[in-house]
This record gives sequence, C-alpha cells and structure tokens, in this order.
Amino acid sequence: MVEPPRAVSQENNRMSDFPTRANVVVIGAGIVGNCLVGHLARLGWTDLVLLEKGPLPNPGGSTGHASNFIFPVDHNKEMALLGEQSANQYRDMQMSVDSGGIEVARTQARMDELTRRMTSAKAWGIEAHMLTPSQVKELVPFINEDVILGGFHCPTVSVVDSLETGTTMRREAIEKAGCQVFANTEVLDIETAEGAGGITTVAAVVTDKGTIEADYVVVACGVWSNRIANMAGATIPLVPAVHQMADVGPMDVLAETNNEIGYPIVRDMDTFCYERQSSGSMEVGSYGHRAILHHPDEIPSNAEAALSPTEMPFTPDDFDDQMETAIELMDMLGDAEIKYAINGLLSLTPDTMPCLGETTEVRNLWSAAAVWVKEGPGMAQVVAEWMTHGYPRVIDVHGADIARFYDQERSDEHIWSRADEHFIKTYGIVHPAEQWEGRRNLEVGPYFSRQQDLDATFFQARTWERPQWYGVNADLVERYGLAEREVEWDNRWWSPITIGEHLNMREHCGVVDLSSFQIYELDGPGAIEYAERLAVNKVDVAVGRSIYTPWLTPDGGFHSDLTMMRLGEDRMRIVTGVFDGGRDEFWTRRHMPTDDSVTFTNITRQLTTLGLWGPNAPAVLSQLTGQDLSQDGSPYGSIIDAEVAGLPVQLFRISYVGDTGWEIYTAWENGPALWDALMEAGADLGIRPTGGGVYGSSGRLEKGYRLMGAELESEYNPLEAGLARPRLKAADFIGRDAYHAAREAGDPEVSMCTLTVEDQTDGQGRSRHMMGGNEPILDADGGRIVDSHGRVSRATSAGYGPSVGKHLLMSYLPRELAVAGTDLQVMYMNEMYPVKVASTGAVFDPDDTRLKG
Amino acid sequence: MRILVCVKRVPAPGARINVTADGQTVDAAHLGFTTSPHEECAVEEAVQLTEAHGGEVTVMTLGPVAAEEQLRYAASVGAHHFVLIPIDDVDWDPQRTASALAEAIAAVEETNGAFDLILFGNESADAGGFQVGVRVANHLGRPIVNGIKGIEIGGEQGGELDEGVATARREIDGGFEVYNVPMPAVLGVKEGINLPRYPTMKGRLASKKAVVDTDERTVEAGGQVRLRLHRPVEQISETVILGTGPEAAPAVVDLLEELGVLS
Repeated sequence: MVEPPRAVSQENNRMSDFPTRANVVVIGAGIVGNCLVGHLARLGWTDLVLLEKGPLPNPGGSTGHASNFIFPVDHNKEMALLGEQSANQYRDMQMSVDSGGIEVARTQARMDELTRRMTSAKAWGIEAHMLTPSQVKELVPFINEDVILGGFHCPTVSVVDSLETGTTMRREAIEKAGCQVFANTEVLDIETAEGAGGITTVAAVVTDKGTIEADYVVVACGVWSNRIANMAGATIPLVPAVHQMADVGPMDVLAETNNEIGYPIVRDMDTFCYERQSSGSMEVGSYGHRAILHHPDEIPSNAEAALSPTEMPFTPDDFDDQMETAIELMDMLGDAEIKYAINGLLSLTPDTMPCLGETTEVRNLWSAAAVWVKEGPGMAQVVAEWMTHGYPRVIDVHGADIARFYDQERSDEHIWSRADEHFIKTYGIVHPAEQWEGRRNLEVGPYFSRQQDLDATFFQARTWERPQWYGVNADLVERYGLAEREVEWDNRWWSPITIGEHLNMREHCGVVDLSSFQIYELDGPGAIEYAERLAVNKVDVAVGRSIYTPWLTPDGGFHSDLTMMRLGEDRMRIVTGVFDGGRDEFWTRRHMPTDDSVTFTNITRQLTTLGLWGPNAPAVLSQLTGQDLSQDGSPYGSIIDAEVAGLPVQLFRISYVGDTGWEIYTAWENGPALWDALMEAGADLGIRPTGGGVYGSSGRLEKGYRLMGAELESEYNPLEAGLARPRLKAADFIGRDAYHAAREAGDPEVSMCTLTVEDQTDGQGRSRHMMGGNEPILDADGGRIVDSHGRVSRATSAGYGPSVGKHLLMSYLPRELAVAGTDLQVMYMNEMYPVKVASTGAVFDPDDTRLKG
Repeated sequence: MRILVCVKRVPAPGARINVTADGQTVDAAHLGFTTSPHEECAVEEAVQLTEAHGGEVTVMTLGPVAAEEQLRYAASVGAHHFVLIPIDDVDWDPQRTASALAEAIAAVEETNGAFDLILFGNESADAGGFQVGVRVANHLGRPIVNGIKGIEIGGEQGGELDEGVATARREIDGGFEVYNVPMPAVLGVKEGINLPRYPTMKGRLASKKAVVDTDERTVEAGGQVRLRLHRPVEQISETVILGTGPEAAPAVVDLLEELGVLS
C-alpha cells in the first residue's frame, strides 16, 4: 500500500525531503517571514527553510485578515521611513494601489494634530494637504461634512495585497536560494546548546515533521512569537490584541467604482475608526473599543477556529459605539448589512514599537515580530541586513531593537498593562513627552522619598523614574520672572520651573539625580583590549582617566555614545544612559571574547550617582571633603577616589550641562546621606535639586551635547556629528574600516548644528515652542533639505536655552549651510518660523571656560 | 399575523469540535455562539411573512442568560418581541425543553391570543434531537410538518382558497410534498428555505433597545439522559498541491507511477 501523500505547501516540498539541518530556519510565513526569506536570498543567503504551522498561502495569522492599507505619515522616524520603504517595495512588486487617504477631524485638538501631521509629512517628503469639510466631501461624496472640521489628505496612502506579496517574496527565495518551504508544520520546541564561551546558542528546531539543526532561527510568528521564543528561553515582549473590523455592504456607490478601492480611505481619528472600501463593501475598523488582550494559548488552532485562528469571534457589544459614530459620518453605512465581523488579532508591545533583532537571551535566535502589514517588507529587510552586516543599513532601528527592553519590560504583567493603556492611543493624539499612567515606580533612585517630599514631577525613562523638575522650586519662577507657555500643547508635560532650575544652576548650583545611569564593568586581562575594540577613541589611558567615546556599527555609524573610565590596569567602567542601557549591555556582551579573558558585571544597582554642577559646586563640595578640587587636583575628565561627608565616593570631573562640577559615584546605600550632606552644605550657596529638564534638555542644548537616539543614529558618523578626534587610533575597533574610509573621503557631507529660532510667533500671534520631534528644517523657499544619501535635515532635539535667551534646535545640515549666520526656516504645526545657524558646537560658553577655566 | 419562532443558542464551530473533559458539552473556549442555521432561516421566513402579510414576530429561546445575544440578533434582523426562558448552562432534555416552551407559549397566548404559526428549526445544530418542535406541537394540540422549505399563507381548504391555511412545501427525493395546514400550526423549517439577511448596523443598534421578557419555568426533567459526548475519529484527508502550470507535470507523473497507475 502506498502511503497517502502528506500536505505540503504549493512550493512542493515533500515531507520525505524534510531537512535535518539548515543555515537559517524562519518560523512563520506571514508577510514578515515571507519577505524575510526573500530579502535573505537577495543578500546571498542560502540553505534557508521556511516553516509554517498553517496552510499556504493564508496560514491564518494576522496577515490574512489585515486591512492592508498604508498611511505613510508617522511622527516616528523609524515607523515613517520603514513604512515608506515597505510601500515602495509593494509598489515595485505591483502589489499596491494608491487609493489616497484622509484623516478627518471632529475636534479642534485633532485639527491641531493634523497640522502636526502636515509637519511630519513635510519632514518625510510625503505629499499631503489640509482639506476643508467640503473638499473632503468632493473626494468622499458619501461623507457627512457637517460632523467634521476638516481633513488631512495624503494621496499616496496605498492598499496592498499582503498575501500575494508574501507569496511572491517566498517564491523569489525559492528560486534564488532554494529556500525549502514546509506548511502545516508545527514547531514543538527550539533547542539550544552551550556555544563558545558558555553562551546559550540556538541549535535546532523541533517540529511535528522532524528536527532541523540550524545556525540561525528567526521567529516571525506574529501574535505567537513570544510563545515560540519562550521555547528557547527567550522573550519577545508582545501580546495578541483585538482590533475589531466589520465588513458592511453591499452599497451601490461603492460597487459602481468596479474597483477593489475607488475612494480614499477615511480615518475618523476622533472616534478611532476607519472606513476602507473593499469592492462593493466598506470595512469599518475600530481602535476605539476596550483593549481586548489574549494569551497566545487562547488562540485556537486552524482546525478549531471558525474562521481563522486570528479572526476570533466578534464581540458586538464592543463595537456598538463605533457603529453609531460611523453612521454619523456616513449615513449609508446604517442600512448596509454586516456580512462579516471579526475580533482580528494583531501584536502590541509595551512601548508600541516592533521587536527586531537578535534576542538577548539566545545567540542566533532572532526576532522579526510585532510588525504590521504596513511596515512588513521594510522591517524584513532590516532584519535581513542586520543578520548580514551586523547592523541594518536601510535605517537606524534603535527604537525597534528588541535589546532595548529591560527585564521588567518583558514580563506579562508589564506587556499587558502597557498594551491595555496604549491601545486606545492607536489613533490618539500622543504628546511627545506623554507619560505612562500604569507600571510606574518600577525603578527608583535611593533619593526617591526625598524627591517626593520636594514635590518632584517624575518622568519615566523606560523603567526608571527621574525627577523632571521639583515643585519646591516654584519660587524660582518668580525670581527669574518666568511664565507658563502660551499654548497648552507646548506647555503640556513642561513647567517653567525647569527654566528656573537652569538659571539657578548657572548662577549658584544644582544637584541632579543620575541614579538611572547604567553602569557596567569589564574586568580581566583582556578587558582593556576588548574595551578598545568597542570604542572609537583610545580608551587605553592612564588609570583614573576617562574617555567619552562613540561606539560604531560595522558600517561606521553610531551604535552608542557613552563614557568609559579606566579604573585599574585590567578594569574598565562603562557608563551609559538609561534609554540605551539594554542595547549597550547586549552589544557589550555580544562582542565579548569567548576565552574568559574578560568578565562583564552590571553594577547599576550597586552605585548611585549625583551630579553637582554650577559655579558654587566647588564651594559646596569643599566643605565636605579634603580632596583638592582645583583643576589641578581634580582635572576635567579625571575620576578620583575620595571621601565626601565621610562616605567613600568617586569624583568624576565632567559635565553634561555646561557648568563645572562632578558626577559623584557612591554605594547605593550611601546615597541618601550624600544627598543630605550636599543639600546642607549648599544651603547658603543656592543649591537646589535640579531635574531632568535641565540635564537632558536646556543645559545640554546650550552646550550642543549630542544625545544617542536623537542626534546620534547609525545613519550618521562621528565626522558628521562633529565628534571625530584629530587622529584615528591605531587599535582596531568595530566600524574602523568604514570610519577610516569616511575620514579619508574628506569633509563630511553634513554637520550637526545648533540653530536659534529667531521669531517664535505663529499666525495667531502666539509664541510657539518646537519640541525636537523631527520638525523639518527648510530653506528660504520652504524646500526640504536632503543630502545625497536621502537624509533629511530635521530638528533632532529642541528646547529653550535660558542662558542664551533663544529657543534652540539641533539638526544636521549640508556643509554649505552649516555656517553660523545662515538663515533657514523650521516648520512647526504646519507654520514656518525663521531660524539661524548658530554653531556646530556650543552656543553657551563655547570655550568651556566654565568647565575647565 | 402573529408568528412565533423558537431558537437555540449553539456554538459556532470550527473544523474540529472539541468536547469538554467531562464529556457533557462542546468545549466553547475558542468559539463564538450563534443561532442554529435552520432557526436563523425560520426567523428570516417569519420576518418575510410579516413583511408581506403584516403582523409581528416573537422569538423565544430556552437557554442560558447569554442566549439573550441570539434574541437580540433576531431583533437586529426584524423580529419584534422576545422571550427568554433562562436555564443553567447545561442543556435541558427535549421533553423538559418542550414542556417549558409549551407552557411559556401558552402563557403568551393567554394574554395576547394564539400564534398563527409557530416555527422551529428542523433540528438543533448541536444536539440534533429532532424532538422539541414535535413535542411542543403535541403539547399544544396543533398540527406539525417538518422539513419545510417553503411557506405561503393561504391554501386550498374544501376546494376554496382559505387565508387561515398555510401551504407548506416539504422537500423529498425528486420533488416536493405540499401540505395545506390549518392555522394555528407548527412548522419545522429547513435551511435553504430562504437566504437569511445579515443585520444592518442600524438594525444592530436598534436591537440593543429591544425588550426581552424573562419567563422562568420550573419543569421536571424528562427521560433522556446524556451520558457523554464523543468526538469521532477524524478522517484526515490531506491535499497535496503538486505545483502549478506545466512545471507540475513531472511531479504528477512521479505520483502516478508511485501509485502504480503508470508502469
């Protein structure tokens, strides 16, 4: 008897061919997995296997029920540029139609938000127009223009065929690289082994059809990704969440277009709904219902599902409010029949960004998850490039890097809480500085209760609470004659107290809590050699000296910028910011030699740091220590063991705010005593607790100090950022060849500049305050400034410089414009403001006399 | 005219139906719920009849409180009045169900007069007992015909057209049996009698305001006892797509050779 044939994919891989090993196994054949094998094949990878639990071409994941449209404008650079990249890939494959799309506003707040959308559209070079209600009606004749105030029209909104795109990319992988595809194949386990240096490394994928040993495994399993990663002991922090969608129709006005989509997609932003034509029907989708989250185990199998696993039973009660508002906007929807309605599942992460890159727990186990159809092809390219080149080339993805998450952010409790909080913000108006309500106080410094007593307003940096300003300093507002900002949006999540704290620090001194610093130490005979390999600048310096240095990607762009301190012959301390701690720790561990010559220790919770800065800082500190605090006894950049108020500390003479002083490191438990001693010693010298508004914004901006993730991204190199040293060090380091080539190429094409806003008055006569949210810097004619690599000039940071009396912006500019005095413009909320290039360095104390004089 | 439709809340299954560990019910963990398809058609038929002849449709269900969802669904497609006979989650046996329904129907009729037609689905989608409609008709002393795929109001009675008669068409091999049934009567309706409409959005919103009357009934259990449910062994029938277009030909030849069709 002949054994009956077994089910396989249309790509015709028979189970008798099921491989026992492969170079790369990609799990999941949705839009991401398919595009990933396609991109890997384009980059020359071979020996690929694609596994899929469901049938092809529609395995039953989120791709199969996606509404398949792309609104290209996003305030977030990564999402905007990868969305554009994806849209272009769909276009190149002739898998998309430009339907156009309109976001309509029912409220003035939304109209303001649409002006912000216009600004982001300008930044990314996407055509967009503001429309009056009657102009909206011209494009969408069945809309009720009486309930809207206006619209934001983007003609390049597109509708794509994600399933066919996936099939095409998969076939390309088969043709180019001989990728083997196995559908109806369930992954039961991912095995790991102890690799070189005792590092947990992916070894094999166990399926119901057999086991495949693999060098690399990529989890592209959409809503199931965390469950699959858990099999290997890794985490991909996402949760399956419901997005409700109902297909209603038929309606003659739609059917008459004889088209899948003949009218622009309408996003009814204030009701969190969209209306998207699908042939003769309208898909009404909602992000306005309660957050409905599921555990992966609650998702049915293909066999158990009435429709598909990710098309869960519709819960109509959750949709009723959206129906009412949808009918309000388009009356014809009321009489249309609800033919199909689902609780469709998609992936949400704790911070709304995707999960890309190698997992931190298991070497060679990669994540390509929490990616929606709109950015699928672009993000697949990112992961493929990352696997190939050591870092993506298409764009910097620090915001989507899975290594960004700290352990507490990977727990189900955190993922669910954050997803529950931000689901309603999917179409929301989200302020750039908006703070989370839930899951606060996860990590606090040792001064927390004191800061609460001082009425601190805390901002959360990933898991860490940091005082942004102190209510107790409200008297400074009066002292310095400060005021709230005129426009509520500009004033939101801001206080004039922060300006008061700045001016007080410049006049007297301030204490800044830096407990959230992420601190690592490298020890062992190979520590210094390894440190050299990470850093651009020479870190093999005298014991007691420190180096501020970039770390580069293999392509010579920024991966990190941080401080490295030589504490001993074989000991190097690394101090980095809390936003980058996860990525920097992973990068450090990832490149460590495997010969046991270096040990890595994270001592973040052992040490606390206080910044003491201002002209009175030496006078305050001198009361508490016998240490010579002169520039000779404690020179800039030195780190000295000392005693302060009887406590053992390390005094690090450095400043990120432009005034002299120290970062004082001491044991966590000594922190409160140090705080109290400084406050007491400084009582008559004008000392004030000083918040992150000074440290991270005004003090930094006046000095032109660059910030990782803002000014510093992998698309830029140290020459462009103005951080290149005169000489290239002899020792090898990651990115050296690329950096060397860039140096040899001569002057950089762009330079980082600080600009001053010359007039902040808007069309209504109000003073406005740009926030550094990628506001485009434009030439005198209002044209975008784009370099030969396609990089656009935009405000990477912005804020008021109290000591220079100007609102400051930072932006890369082409060399010919990067000249003090050049007049340009910035767009903010769809209005133009004159700006002037001030400097490629600091606008306050450019000679650093206050630091070193 | 006044029409009553009796419906049952049943799981909307996928390809595989799982049974709970105690074997007493379908595991609905991953499932939504719906109205039995025959009954969905019965509601549609009732709504169409009242649209054509005037009158109102009442929908009654015996089931868990959650079965209100099925009553509101009926409201969203045009039914007018709703009665829920609440029970615990475990199904009642057919005798007990029929007794409770008959009592509840009698109570409604005592107040508002007899229903001209009482429609059942031919059988429920989950238990498939084929009993309840017949038993209710028996309780109420009314004629019943099952397997109905067409209903017209007005039929021949004594050689003349009588508006008090319903003409019911029952599908048989090779044709239809046509029954002239004097009303009030009970009919068991089969899927295919019509194509049920979907609710409109306005219909759905209006259904939220529908008033559902609750009629609690205490009725003794009947003789049928559920021992346990079994899931039959799955007949796995898998499909291989050998390829598309001319490239598939070699694989087809290989397979035919493997099967011994070619030698």
